Formats: sequence, structure tokens, C-alpha cells
Amino acid sequence: MSEPTPAAHTGAIHDIGYRRYDGRRLGAAYIRRSLFVDTLRGGYGLGRSARSKIMPFLLLGMMVLPAVVMGIVTGYFQAPSLPVQYTEYVILLQIAVTIFLGSQSPAVMSRDLRFRVAPLYFSRPLSRQQYVQAKYAGMAAALLILMGLPITLLLAGALLAELPLSDQLPDYLRAMAGAVLYAVVLAGIGLLVAAMTPRRGLGVAAVVGVLLVLSGLQIAVGEMAFEFGNTTFLGYTGLISPYTLVDGVVTGALGAEPSVGQGPPGVTGTAVFVAVTVLIVLGCYGALVARYRKALS
Amino acid sequence: MALIETEGLTKRFGSVTALEGLTLEVAPGVTGLVGANGAGKSTLLKILLGLLPATQGTASVLDLDVATQGPAIRERVGYMPEHDCLPPDVSATEFVVHMARMSGLPTTAARERTADTLRHVGLDEERYRPMGGYSTGMRQRVKLAQALVHDPSLVLLDEPTNGLDPVGRDDMLRLIGRIGTEFGISVIVTSHLLGELERVCDGIVVIDGGRLTRHSTTASVTEQTAVVTVEVDGDQTELLERLRRATVPVHSEGRLLHVDVSDPAAYDSVRDAVAALGLGLVRMERQRHRMTEMFTGTPTAPEDAHV
Repeated sequence: MSEPTPAAHTGAIHDIGYRRYDGRRLGAAYIRRSLFVDTLRGGYGLGRSARSKIMPFLLLGMMVLPAVVMGIVTGYFQAPSLPVQYTEYVILLQIAVTIFLGSQSPAVMSRDLRFRVAPLYFSRPLSRQQYVQAKYAGMAAALLILMGLPITLLLAGALLAELPLSDQLPDYLRAMAGAVLYAVVLAGIGLLVAAMTPRRGLGVAAVVGVLLVLSGLQIAVGEMAFEFGNTTFLGYTGLISPYTLVDGVVTGALGAEPSVGQGPPGVTGTAVFVAVTVLIVLGCYGALVARYRKALS
Repeated sequence: MALIETEGLTKRFGSVTALEGLTLEVAPGVTGLVGANGAGKSTLLKILLGLLPATQGTASVLDLDVATQGPAIRERVGYMPEHDCLPPDVSATEFVVHMARMSGLPTTAARERTADTLRHVGLDEERYRPMGGYSTGMRQRVKLAQALVHDPSLVLLDEPTNGLDPVGRDDMLRLIGRIGTEFGISVIVTSHLLGELERVCDGIVVIDGGRLTRHSTTASVTEQTAVVTVEVDGDQTELLERLRRATVPVHSEGRLLHVDVSDPAAYDSVRDAVAALGLGLVRMERQRHRMTEMFTGTPTAPEDAHV
């Protein structure tokens, strides 16, 4: 606060009149960056009430703890490798990622719709596209921290256990690239579902529900394909759930070991997985922009 | 320089016409925009903010074209929507700082301007509490503060007195008057109630069915407000009789008498008649114009919308 305020408490009011602002007005790029940082912080409940910090940090802890334990165990028993692949870590802990996405997307996205704050943004220099870009990037960054931090701690654990860096690095980099893809795909789906269900409780349930149903469906259809012995079809069942979809891209395009099932079938399969991933991201972005086109009422 | 200029402005939503060939020029100062619900007020504000494209015609705000220079307009204009728009879990200070940054102010400047602006709209210690617990009056002040915090050249206020009690309404109107005079910021303010606008506005624009019905200075509108509502504690029929005998134009409506005071002598007649009858005078209130009268042109002396 710039002006001296103590006098206000003694009842004397110093009315210095209205002051004009002649300082700098920063453009849309600054505003978008500010909104991005705000969204990222908001994803972890920073700048919000103490209660809203509990859930995201609890889930971050759930993600980080197994990585730390694995690192310690690997070092203690002088194991020749980590007990898990870097690239399968997210899949193993996907329930924590799903709950994080479910609990935070409504806070990030539908808050502005539910309390009708959105018109205040759109009556300012930011365009609707830039608003969606900032929110999308903010949510994706929050997810990237959630997944990238434990994967990085795994690497740290492996190096402390004196495993050779040259063995670890390629797989670590694949996993980090995968984490970026997970973040972008999941943020798109989570924000879109949240934007369609402005009521809070409903938004959380809808996001978690959609991801759980897709995962369950993927497993069920995969089992059936396995029973029938149709391996090509089995490979394509990975398209159903966003987790297996991204895992398929990491496996097919980046050459990681498949974490579940057997990855996309061949070059065509990989191309299909990559195309579907790109389509989902662009589709979610486009749908979000369309959603906000109507938000000024 | 005209603050706002529109030329044949037309907006259609499918088969619905929201604005029809609206041509007007608004000078700097405080201007009231009056119209019934659905008259096209909000549509006009959105077009002026560069958020809705016009179907036909042109409009400019602060000499900036709404069709091509929307972002530049929105940087220099503040907007207070009619509806509630405050998240309940943050404090007024946090919220207004955030909104200032969303207008392009650097963080330090945003903090300073927020403290200043919240003080000007009259929000004290409560500005550090979450807004969920605010009264309607406080919420309206925060909404106004977020429209003013970036020191705009023009603010668009959509129904700022909505939901306020008479005292809160007076406070808000006084504040709007100060924004126009003391702060030197031009104001466009919408309302259903012409009466409250005439107190603070330099000019009035009336639109109905998307057309300009009337554009005048406040003085010429208020001239025609010549009805005083009289309420007495006692039998008003005798008073009615007496006033009629004194050839004062008057008619009754329930316990209220509506007296035409085009001739100022009517005030004296009322006073004398009440005194002679020994009645207690509960109130004498200058009647406010309501929207319907503006359109039909009949001073029907409706009941006071204020009670």
C-alpha cells in the first residue's frame, strides 16, 4: 500500500482526491502471462483459501512419495535398476492424476463461469482465445509439475544409487516428453468437461467419472480383444483412454517399452495414435473457445 | 470530441432485432441510458465494448472504431455488469488487484490503484474479508471499483443501483456523480428508473425496441416531472375535495393524492388545505417519471416506485 494509512484508524480521513494513472499499460501478452501464472498457482490452491491447498498438495505428495521410496530402496539394496520404468510411472499412479485433474479443473475453469466473472475478463483487452490459452497452459503446467517432479526424483534416486546416467537418461527424457503430452491431453479434457458443468460438485464428479469410465472401458475392450486373440484390435484399444493413448504415442513414436498392453500396432498404428492425440488437443481448445464465445451475458 | 458516435447501428440475432438503425452522438459527461428490459441497452454496451459485431452501421468510442479497435477501447473503458460477478472465496483487495492486472497494470501499480479505488468507493476494513459475506451494497461497490481501477476514460455502468435500498441507492448515485465531476471520467449509466438518473446525468438517451426514442438533456426531461405525491395521516377524501374546489389538478390513488404542480401555487394550496383540515402531512414527494410514461407520454402519476 502506498499511502500512509494509520491515521484512518483514529477517525481522520485524508481525502487526497482522485489520482489519475499515467503509468504504463502493458499489452495482451503481459495480461495472458499474468493469467497463466495465476492459473498455475490456483491449480495448487496458492492465492486461495488454506483449505483449497490441502487436496492438490496431498495428491502431489501421493505422486512424489513412491518415487522417493523407490529411489531409497534401489540405493539400499544396490539394485541394478529402478523397480519401475520412468515411462510407466504416470500410468501406475494415474488415479492420483485423475483426482488432481478432477478437483482442480473446476476451480481453474468453471469458477469464472459459475460466478460469472468471465464478462469482466472479456471487457478487458484480452481476447477469448488468449483467455483460453492462458487457462489451458496454466492447467497443463500444473499437471506437468505433478507428473514431472516425481519422474525427476526417480532419476535423482537412480543417480544417488550410482546407476549410470547414460542408462537412465534416454528413458527419463521419454518419460518427461510423455508427461508433457499427458499434461496437454488431460488438461484439455478436464477443462472442457469442467467448462460444460459449471456447478462445482458436478464438475469434479464429471471429470473423474469421464476418465474412470474411459479407463474401465479400455480395459474391458482390451480383455475382449485379448480373448479373441486379435492383436491389431488389441493395440488400437489403447485409443479409448487418454492414459493408454499417450502411452501409445510414447511407445510408438519415442520407442519406450509399452506400460500396458502392447502399444499401437506398427507404423500406421503409431500415426493413428499421434493423430488422435493432436485432434483431441485441438478439439478441446476449439470447444473451449466456442464455449467462451457465449460467456458474455 | 464526441465520446460515442453511432451511425445506423443495427444488430440482429437471427430473426430478432435488438438494435434498429441507432444513430446518436453522446458528449463527454454523465449520460443516462434508459430503456425497458429487452430494449437493447445491454446489446448496445456490448457493441460499444467491441465484443459483439454490429450487423450494420458503425460505432466509435473515444474516437476508436468498435469493429477494428476493440482491444484499444477495452483498455480505456471500464465495465460494470448488471449481474453478480464476484467469486465468494477471495477478498475485495485480491480480486480488484487481479482485475487491475488483467487491464494491463503492472503488479505494483495494480496494488496502489486498488487501495485508492476501494477507498474512493467507500470500502474500508471489510476489503480484506472474503466477498462471500458482503452485503449487496458492498458488492456493488466492488463491482464499481473493478471498473474504475485502471483509470479508464469512460465507464459503462449497467444498472448500478439494482437491488440497493434507498440509502444505498443514494450513495451509489452520489458516487456516480463524483466519478463524472471529481474524477473526470465520463459515465454511461443504464437504469429503469428515469427519476434516479435525472439526479446525476447531464444527458439522457432513451431507447425502446432497439430504436432511439429520445435524446435530451436532463433539464428538459425533468421540466415535465410535475406531479407531487401527497400522503396524510387521516381522511384524504376531505383534502381531495378541498383541493378540487381550489381548482388544483389532483387525483387520488388509494391513500395517496397525486397533485399536478405545474403551477407552483399548487404547493401552497396543498399546505393550506392540510393545515386547515388539521391533518398530519406524512410526506410530499416529487413524483418520478417511469419508463412507461416516457413512451406513452401520459403523466399517469403512478405510485412511487421507491417505497
